[in-house]
Amino acid sequence: MSLLQEIRTRDRVFDFMTPRASRVDVRHGPILYLEDVTVSFDGFKAIDKLNLTIDDGELRCIIGPNGAGKTTMMDIITGKTRPDAGSVWFGSRHNLLQMTEPEIASLGVGRKFQKPTVFEALSVFENLELAMAADKRIFPTLTARLTGEIQDRIEEVLETIGLTGLRFQPAGILSHGQKQWLEIGMLLMQRPRLLLVDEPVAGMTEQEMERTAELLTSLAGKQSVVVVEHDMGFVRSIARQVTVLHQGSVLAEGSMDQVSNDPKVVEVYLGADDEEIA
Amino acid sequence: MSLHSTSGRFWLARPFHERATQIFLGVLLAALVIVTVLHVALPRGHALHVNAYTVNLFGKYLSYALLAVAVDLVWGYLGILSLGHGAFFAIGGYAMGMYLMRQIGERGTYGHPVLPDFMVFLNWESLPWYWHGFDMAWFAFAMVLLAPGLLALVFGFLAFRSRVTGVYLSIITQALTFALMLAFFRNEMGFGGNNGLTDFREILGFNLRSSDTRLGLFIASGVALALGYILCRAIVTSKLGRVCVATRDAEARTRFIGYRVERFQLFVFVVSAMLAGVAGALYVPQVGIINPSEFSPLFSIEIVLWVALGGRATLYGAVIGAILVNYAKTVFTGVMPDAWLFALGGLFVLVTVLLPRGVAGLLPGFTRRADHQPKEASA
Repeated sequence: MSLLQEIRTRDRVFDFMTPRASRVDVRHGPILYLEDVTVSFDGFKAIDKLNLTIDDGELRCIIGPNGAGKTTMMDIITGKTRPDAGSVWFGSRHNLLQMTEPEIASLGVGRKFQKPTVFEALSVFENLELAMAADKRIFPTLTARLTGEIQDRIEEVLETIGLTGLRFQPAGILSHGQKQWLEIGMLLMQRPRLLLVDEPVAGMTEQEMERTAELLTSLAGKQSVVVVEHDMGFVRSIARQVTVLHQGSVLAEGSMDQVSNDPKVVEVYLGADDEEIA
Repeated sequence: MSLHSTSGRFWLARPFHERATQIFLGVLLAALVIVTVLHVALPRGHALHVNAYTVNLFGKYLSYALLAVAVDLVWGYLGILSLGHGAFFAIGGYAMGMYLMRQIGERGTYGHPVLPDFMVFLNWESLPWYWHGFDMAWFAFAMVLLAPGLLALVFGFLAFRSRVTGVYLSIITQALTFALMLAFFRNEMGFGGNNGLTDFREILGFNLRSSDTRLGLFIASGVALALGYILCRAIVTSKLGRVCVATRDAEARTRFIGYRVERFQLFVFVVSAMLAGVAGALYVPQVGIINPSEFSPLFSIEIVLWVALGGRATLYGAVIGAILVNYAKTVFTGVMPDAWLFALGGLFVLVTVLLPRGVAGLLPGFTRRADHQPKEASA
């Protein structure tokens, strides 16, 4: 019924006729739009009427205590978990709730998991090569040649993640922080529009954290980045916009200073000292 | 320019630009030429003359070496420890054996124009359907590739689709070869039962007992090994090879990046099974018999030992391992037959403890992944 109506609507260009490059429609601003999203697991509301808007090219930090629903939110965006109610849009054309995980991924939503997994026996360069958006069927992969264009793209990403000097080393010898960067690089090879980064600095040294902060800020603008993080110092160092989640919905939103002075936020983080937030 | 200077080339041409492959092919070619010259040019009785028996023995080692390369392709690069590759080897061997049986014609003991001796002995009236076509060389040789390939395709499809990997897959491959052994032991199967297929006369019109034919088979085995080696190298140096290594080390992650892992596994498994089949087909005319003992689980485990001894994930290590172990076996079983299994076990323990990378690890300039990593990274 609705399909019939859709076909009969002549006042718009059908999706299949628009070129691939402009698939994601961000003319109206936001690249990601969540409205009234609710998920419950066995009656427990992990996400409760969550509203969130991420602008194209924005770097957004999401903080919140354990169980606030951060990971569940990521799962919903990537299609791993289906919400009970609400809507999730990518740009103003793609309804993510009607798409499968691989479709969402190929649309340009990249997710970095907490624990870095890189291919240890392969070199840094080869890790990036495998992650690149390409024809991933058997025979194209068998006959694939490394063209200058691909090489340039890999070098460019190597530069971005700061591993140029290590490109021929096996990824297994990289430090924890370097593996995290390599994984971000592997996401970048797929030319994502939106990067979801889950606790990037857990277990990192001070210097590594600084480098990560630089890396993430440099990525914003070219693509939208959503960072979920516990470490307040780190969030303060990168975030322009911070969203605080609590019990599955947005508690506060704004700059780091606004948020950390918000009495509601202070209350939620009670038990943790004010210092941790400030 | 950099390590990826060969990655821009046509995939089948890449091995020829690798140092290790050049050396391997050079050594293999030299060995083939030297043995041939010493066999043909020197008079019998000369101190350096290589007799027909030895040529035949070397030919057998070369077909084993090809089998070991096939196993290393799936084990070393894809992480699939197949303990049933003897099955593909034996099926390739049976396909060749069926061709050789049909070539006997009326010269069999019973003189039946069509039926092989064992069928006459069992009072069979006509040829079973699956024996048809094996009188034609092209058909039989195609079956050498297709029969093991098809078995691997069906078996692999079911196993990889269900994401059976690791120890479980190893056990299932053992079960596969064991089941086939039991089946081939049965006379009703029409493959000669316990005795298998033997009493071969000629191949493509050449008398199998003549020393020239044996030399020809030796050279054919060497050429097949070279081609198989090049094919495997081309696979492992391609992007597909890197996907294999990625799958071996982090299967879920590879899937997450967008590769249909089970299809890659299936593809490489089938290629490997076909190579094993070719090895079997070259082996059978050189030993003159194929029987169900080639399906024995022990044999399949032995192949894995050759690879482990030679050095896994190098391909040339598999060749070295296969030849060394089988040479040692020939010597040992000649001197004291009862001690061979103890010697093999001892050898395995020694190599595992002292040479974790196998014999190939002893080679000069060896790095684990010499093919992928230059020492200095030029920009």
